[in-house]
Amino acid sequence: MDEGLRSELSKQGVFTVKLQDLYNWGRRSSIWPLQFGLACCAIEMIATTMSRFDLARFGAEVFRPSPRQADLMIVAGTVTKKMAPQVVRLFNQMPEPKYVIAMGACAISGGPFKQGYNVLKGIDRFLPVDVHIPGCPPRPEALIEAFMTLQRQIDAQTLRGPNRPRHLDPSAPSAFPIPEFGAHDLEPPNNPKVWHPPKLARVG
Amino acid sequence: MEALEQIKTRLEAAIPGARLEIIPNDSPARQPSLLVDADHALAVARFLRDDPQLQLDYASNVTGVDWLDAVLKEKVKIKKLVDGAEKDVEEVIEKKKPGYLETVYHLYSMSLKHGPVILRQRTENRADKAHLASLTPVYRGAEFQEREAYDLYGIIFDGHPDLRRILMWDGFKDFPMRKDYKSPDDYEYEPTPHDEVLEKAKQHYPQEVKS
Repeated sequence: MDEGLRSELSKQGVFTVKLQDLYNWGRRSSIWPLQFGLACCAIEMIATTMSRFDLARFGAEVFRPSPRQADLMIVAGTVTKKMAPQVVRLFNQMPEPKYVIAMGACAISGGPFKQGYNVLKGIDRFLPVDVHIPGCPPRPEALIEAFMTLQRQIDAQTLRGPNRPRHLDPSAPSAFPIPEFGAHDLEPPNNPKVWHPPKLARVG
Repeated sequence: MEALEQIKTRLEAAIPGARLEIIPNDSPARQPSLLVDADHALAVARFLRDDPQLQLDYASNVTGVDWLDAVLKEKVKIKKLVDGAEKDVEEVIEKKKPGYLETVYHLYSMSLKHGPVILRQRTENRADKAHLASLTPVYRGAEFQEREAYDLYGIIFDGHPDLRRILMWDGFKDFPMRKDYKSPDDYEYEPTPHDEVLEKAKQHYPQEVKS
């Protein structure tokens, strides 16, 4: 639509907007996180919601205790291998549209427990993570920044085409396979559809 | 509190047949410990708890230790015939020391405010005879810690009321705190690997990780 015409119409009290922008604005303005925490990062997440940092400014103050009512999973803390199936199961129970923020060193990579036997080396081995936050634990400002990054990602999505959200793509999965407890490790140890081992390009 | 030697003497008098041994400690702590055989460990613990002079009513912690098979090298002087003449020759003799699993109990007295008395139990080997006596019937607080020692070291506590894995899942087969535990081969790149991790890094990223 022509910008001049839009400006002229707005002077007359007629506001025009693309359905796509309205849809994205609605989605990004009331992202309700799932109320769960796994370790010390959860304390920072709780601090973020309280009055000093006030996540409510971004429409995310309503932490839902049920995955059926939540839009965002903030994986805040160490995901042990024993806990990983439950985390994936909770994500599967959330309705679309849904997003994942991996908060803190443990959730993005295993953190200080990376070379251990009992901690998952990042929840992105099983879940499609939208935003990763480094830090141990990250400051509340970092979580707010991740939240704003997620909002920008939602804003950039289109209703059609390759950049459409997952729930508008019939071929994209909404549920992800839950790993089983194996004799030596989780089986499978990762979901190859969402995770690939990092490839390195070294210079010199 | 009385000395460990004295406790040992009284224990030997009270519990006939108990095989006790004092393990010295050369570290700055100088805390000697009492090695108990698994057959009499429960009776020893009961005596230590009920004895009016000791009243060790609190098991502060239960620790598992894994000792691998070791080869001890000793230098021995032997007389040998060298070129017709007898000479002293030093020879290195290798002794095989079989490995075992060990539990360490730190016992304190809450009522008399003393302690610790350190109890040790050792298994016969690290494979099929990894059985020890559970002290949970005497110290209820040892229950979860013995389960943890079972979970991570594979020490089987006879007489434990509920010996299941506590940290790892039920179908898990390994004992991850044993020194010969091999973790799943899922190394992922990290920027500054050291030691064992560096060896793993070389296997998984042979081109990127040099040196």
